[in-house]
Amino acid sequence: MDSLQFFGFVIFATLAIASALVVVFHRSPVISALALAFNLVAIAGFYMMLNAQFVALLQVIVYAGAIMVLILFVIMLLAISNEAGLHKSGRIQTVLAPLLGIACAAALGWGLWGVGDANPLPVSSADFGTVNSVGTELFSTFFYAFEVISLLLVVAMIGSVLLAKRRL
Amino acid sequence: MELEPLLINFGKIFVVANILMVGVAFMTWVERRVSAIIQFRLGPNRVGPAGLLQPIADGIKFVTKEETLPAGSHKPLFLLAPVIAFVTSLCAFAVVPFGPVIEVAGRTINLVILDLDGGMLFALAATGLGVYGIVCAGWASRSKYALMGGLRASAQMISYELALGLAAVGVFLASGSLRPTEIVATQAGWFWHWNIFGGFQLVGFVIFLVAGYAETNRLPFDLPEAETELVAGYHTEYSSMKFSLFMMAEYIAMFTMGGLVVTLYLGGFMPGFPTGELAGWPLWALQIGAFTAKLGFFMFLFVWIRWTLPRFRYDQLMDLGWKRLFPLALANVAVTAVLVAFDVI
Amino acid sequence: MAPQSLLVLSAILFSIGAFGVLWNRGAITMLMCVELMLNAGNLAFITFARQFDQAEGQVYAFFVMTLAAAEAAVGLAIVIALFRLRESTDLDELNLLKW
Repeated sequence: MDSLQFFGFVIFATLAIASALVVVFHRSPVISALALAFNLVAIAGFYMMLNAQFVALLQVIVYAGAIMVLILFVIMLLAISNEAGLHKSGRIQTVLAPLLGIACAAALGWGLWGVGDANPLPVSSADFGTVNSVGTELFSTFFYAFEVISLLLVVAMIGSVLLAKRRL
Repeated sequence: MELEPLLINFGKIFVVANILMVGVAFMTWVERRVSAIIQFRLGPNRVGPAGLLQPIADGIKFVTKEETLPAGSHKPLFLLAPVIAFVTSLCAFAVVPFGPVIEVAGRTINLVILDLDGGMLFALAATGLGVYGIVCAGWASRSKYALMGGLRASAQMISYELALGLAAVGVFLASGSLRPTEIVATQAGWFWHWNIFGGFQLVGFVIFLVAGYAETNRLPFDLPEAETELVAGYHTEYSSMKFSLFMMAEYIAMFTMGGLVVTLYLGGFMPGFPTGELAGWPLWALQIGAFTAKLGFFMFLFVWIRWTLPRFRYDQLMDLGWKRLFPLALANVAVTAVLVAFDVI
Repeated sequence: MAPQSLLVLSAILFSIGAFGVLWNRGAITMLMCVELMLNAGNLAFITFARQFDQAEGQVYAFFVMTLAAAEAAVGLAIVIALFRLRESTDLDELNLLKW
């Protein structure tokens, strides 16, 4: 059991990091978008391994299945072919960006050192991650937040339609 | 990791996958014969008894055809697109319960491959990922017709996914669970306990069926692959085995949609009358047979409607999905919620 | 599978996303790197939810996902509007206010 989980973790982690690097470095935005969709599905695999079924399935339906398709549509309809036609990066950016990236990783690593438990995860209760438990929490403790976020979605919908219209 | 549950799971997957593939081959024959009968002609009846070996001949044809690869295409994605479409549509069938919990040689086997708590969400997720196969096919072909067909097909699929999911929400309210086996269990007994009758989900059933037709790109929603409109839409540049993978993906998606409709609305593997004292293998055979019969009817319905109705124009299609089915599905959820709150369901 | 390793993975993904935002020129790729960062945060939320056996972390992850959807929609609408103006997604072209 333990070795199978470790094996699964290593595979999913490699896939997630590799696809993230493709997102950052690839010339073509379409390949970046597809790599990001792959990354999201890999992360959903992690959620499944952690027994958080509902969030894993939501991740695939909402994130990988809707948001990424939206991004792909915009890329294809605007016919953005590749990033090579854009301005060349200045020298400051070429030097500073990797340094800041490494600094960010180092800072996060130093902050997380010793915070997380190095022991294996405890066995979760039977209803961890089920639709029932998350739904109960969502509609009782976080009820107002839920209503506010629905309102936010309506506002975002109206805003994006207005912004993208050719003629108001 | 115990070996035995793993082997049982592999066995289930093996059996289901094989039956689905044979079913796909059988469906091509059914499609051609039924369409022929509807059009007052005979259809393929030469190869084998009543033409039943025709799918094998078709398969040999597909395998031996020349594999073309357009010059400017993006080769990895071009080859990967049919695989994505095929794999996702096959995965979606994993949550459909095709039988009860049976006992074979002292081991209890639940006749569903994946008994998730959010099982129906898994089916929606898998069909949602099928959009990528079409988008990749359209874009990687580097051809005008393919790109437009791909974008149209994926826009159609994501539009009707909303109506599909919302119609299913009505069933989740009526049955009180997202787990397919529990949804089937609440529809036991006489056939008026089925969700379509006793659960007051007739409107939801119609919405789900229509959205299911649009999801699988079947007529009357098959504009993305209509020959007269866009040459062949997103699979214009595909030939032989890659094309046949797309066709198989479409037929498997049909099976999945049929399976979901049967599970959500028509009682799954429940035979529709109380089976009383019946237990053991007679009961299980009856239930598996009931599921197969209902699924078979919906497969026939898919073919029947294809060869009866004309095709929707693209703007009519989008209008139907967004302006009519989606508000209707929302109203269905509201009405079902009221009925559940007042203990009618 | 210990929480420590999952958190380290989350930190790595976040750093890759942050580096991507700093490194890339096009607007849409930058948006995608922001999505990477949000996703890494989600992974940390779910890890802690599992460690303490609570549903709260999952609800937070749910909210982050919803916010990411709203943000992606509005961001892409802005990119479309700007693309109509400048015919490219290079963010350096948006320099009308530069003195």
